Amino acid sequence: MGNLMYRYDTYDQATVDARVEEFRDQVRRRIDGHLTEDQFKPLRLMNGLYLQLHAYMLRVAVPYGTLSGAQMHALGDIADKYDRGYGHFTTRQNIQYNWIKLDQAPDILADLAKVEMHAIQTSGNCIRNTSSDQYAGAAADEVTDPRPYAELIRQWSTFHPEFSYLPRKFKIAVIASETDRAAMRLHDIGIQIVRNDAGELGCAFYVGGGMGRTPMIAPLIKPFVPLDQFITYAEAALRVYNRHGRRDNKYKARIKILVHELGKDEYTRQVETEFAHLLVQNIEPPLAELERIKAQFADPKFETGLSDDLDRSDPDFALWVDNNCVRHKAPGYIAVTISLKPIGGIPGDASADQMRLMAGLATQYSFDELRVTHAQNIVLPHVRKDQLYALWQALDDAGLGTANLDLVGDIIACPGLDYCSLANARSIPVAQKIGQRLAAKEQEIGELKLKISGCINACGHHHAGHIGILGVDRKGTENYQLLLGGCEGADTSLGQITGPGFDEDGIVDAVEKATELYLNTRAEGERFLDTYRRIGMAPFKEALYG
Amino acid sequence: MAEAQFRFRDDEPVGDPGVTVDSFGDQSNAAAVRLEPGDEARDLLPHLDRIRLIEINFPVYGDGRGYTAARVLREAGYTGELRAVGDVLVDQLAFMRRCGFDAFAPEVPLDPADAHAAFDRYSEVYQTAADGRAPIWAKRHG
Repeated sequence: MGNLMYRYDTYDQATVDARVEEFRDQVRRRIDGHLTEDQFKPLRLMNGLYLQLHAYMLRVAVPYGTLSGAQMHALGDIADKYDRGYGHFTTRQNIQYNWIKLDQAPDILADLAKVEMHAIQTSGNCIRNTSSDQYAGAAADEVTDPRPYAELIRQWSTFHPEFSYLPRKFKIAVIASETDRAAMRLHDIGIQIVRNDAGELGCAFYVGGGMGRTPMIAPLIKPFVPLDQFITYAEAALRVYNRHGRRDNKYKARIKILVHELGKDEYTRQVETEFAHLLVQNIEPPLAELERIKAQFADPKFETGLSDDLDRSDPDFALWVDNNCVRHKAPGYIAVTISLKPIGGIPGDASADQMRLMAGLATQYSFDELRVTHAQNIVLPHVRKDQLYALWQALDDAGLGTANLDLVGDIIACPGLDYCSLANARSIPVAQKIGQRLAAKEQEIGELKLKISGCINACGHHHAGHIGILGVDRKGTENYQLLLGGCEGADTSLGQITGPGFDEDGIVDAVEKATELYLNTRAEGERFLDTYRRIGMAPFKEALYG
Repeated sequence: MAEAQFRFRDDEPVGDPGVTVDSFGDQSNAAAVRLEPGDEARDLLPHLDRIRLIEINFPVYGDGRGYTAARVLREAGYTGELRAVGDVLVDQLAFMRRCGFDAFAPEVPLDPADAHAAFDRYSEVYQTAADGRAPIWAKRHG
């Protein structure tokens, strides 16, 4: 196996092992009554353990979405050993297990620690798992691999003593290309690695984005922070938030509200003052530490002299290539997305067998590496084009060959009322019905990002969907609002509600009507989003309610 | 004043009750002050030379403003006692210690064995904080 991703040293391993023992002790104190449920709750949450509608749910961190074959294999084994034989990949590039027993949770953490994984800070009002670009290290358009910076943030944020009881949860994303594939500006802090006029790398800081009930796009507060100061800058941004973020109302406690209420300029001024103070407090790891991490993310040994040609004679294969594969920076290679969105399936779910199969295929075809995407799919980042057909056949045989990346069937959905105690409505059945209804037309419709949340917390990113669906409770029945025009990425926009909501069947009809209007109205080369932006809401309202 | 259950200092504890930050400025002889979550720790900086005890109150464990207050005071050079009072639980002790607290007066006394296990749990830390411990990166590149 190559050394393409970060490997723990004894310090990292000791920290994760100590956490397993700490959690074992916390569970013991809960079970023997020393801890009340109220006291235990924040502790289990900081270990990613939620009490859901039917059972405990464990959320495991996949730092910046990167997994080795051995790690993916272990995730499959955990699904078999402790759950019902499957797991659910999330919009935070993590994995969740939905049927966990409390007394077994410490054993799961011990199994994870053996493959350098953990569930640290996957919940709670602390700094969560840092997300990144799923094509990091493979993308042709990146200025550098963003993951070393995300790893440095992972270490700095792990058990941060000052920031473990923030006003609210805190999410950071790091990208390194103009094409934003990580919804960076919808994070509490979004960092884009950029190159300045002198050719040096640095961090552009966007602060105060987020979804939830008050969606906001993060403003740029600092265009360039040198690499030997960016942890200190993050510390300053967090300190101002921890001190002044609202704690009187959990719905106004995210940093976006603070930035909005203070105003971007005043927030930035306070951060700059704190930054100047912290610069002399020896917060920043030396550049040598960043270099140590970077060395572990070195490119794999790509073969040279490979052909870029593909045999496209099998039409099903050709369709899959066109939909699910993207250009790689190395000649002869391609980056592959494995869709976890089969028609009528549960978005993001994978069985234990599928996880182990993907693990084996990663070892065989992709330098032992996989990525989890925020759209709840899996990426094999470095596949040789001359081996792509064999890979596709293996995937297709396992039900993993769905050719629908970024099509209407590639739906993001939260777990919804089928699992989640916060939800107002089910998300999964709506996703299944829409997928089935539009399956025959999805290639004709083309790119259409559809995102469903089962409550206002927006875990399903409905604000950022070209079509968004929000499940609400309306006098005791599930009701679904339709939003149009949302988008993540470099041209981030927030979706607008069309009007009165629909029942479960009505929302499926409404989505179909919107796609029909698009098909009848689109100009040459326009995606659904482009047509909406050109013609506006009125024609869609007419089609839906007229 | 809350009596400390755990104290990591050798000097004699201050017996005076901590006065509020508001009234502190007027009481030129007060040596102990009590900080509430909404108080601005930096208001105390001009007076640090005469303060011997700062109590930082945690009315509920989830309100983490006291962690920032503690670090701000230590970063400014405060060397007197920094006592966490209120809803102080076992699993916050190590974070508080790292932020510069050196005395702990939980409203509900803690199991001493659990507390000492919590203080000693993590042999390695990733960050610079107010406790003088060398972060992992310093050890890697020592």
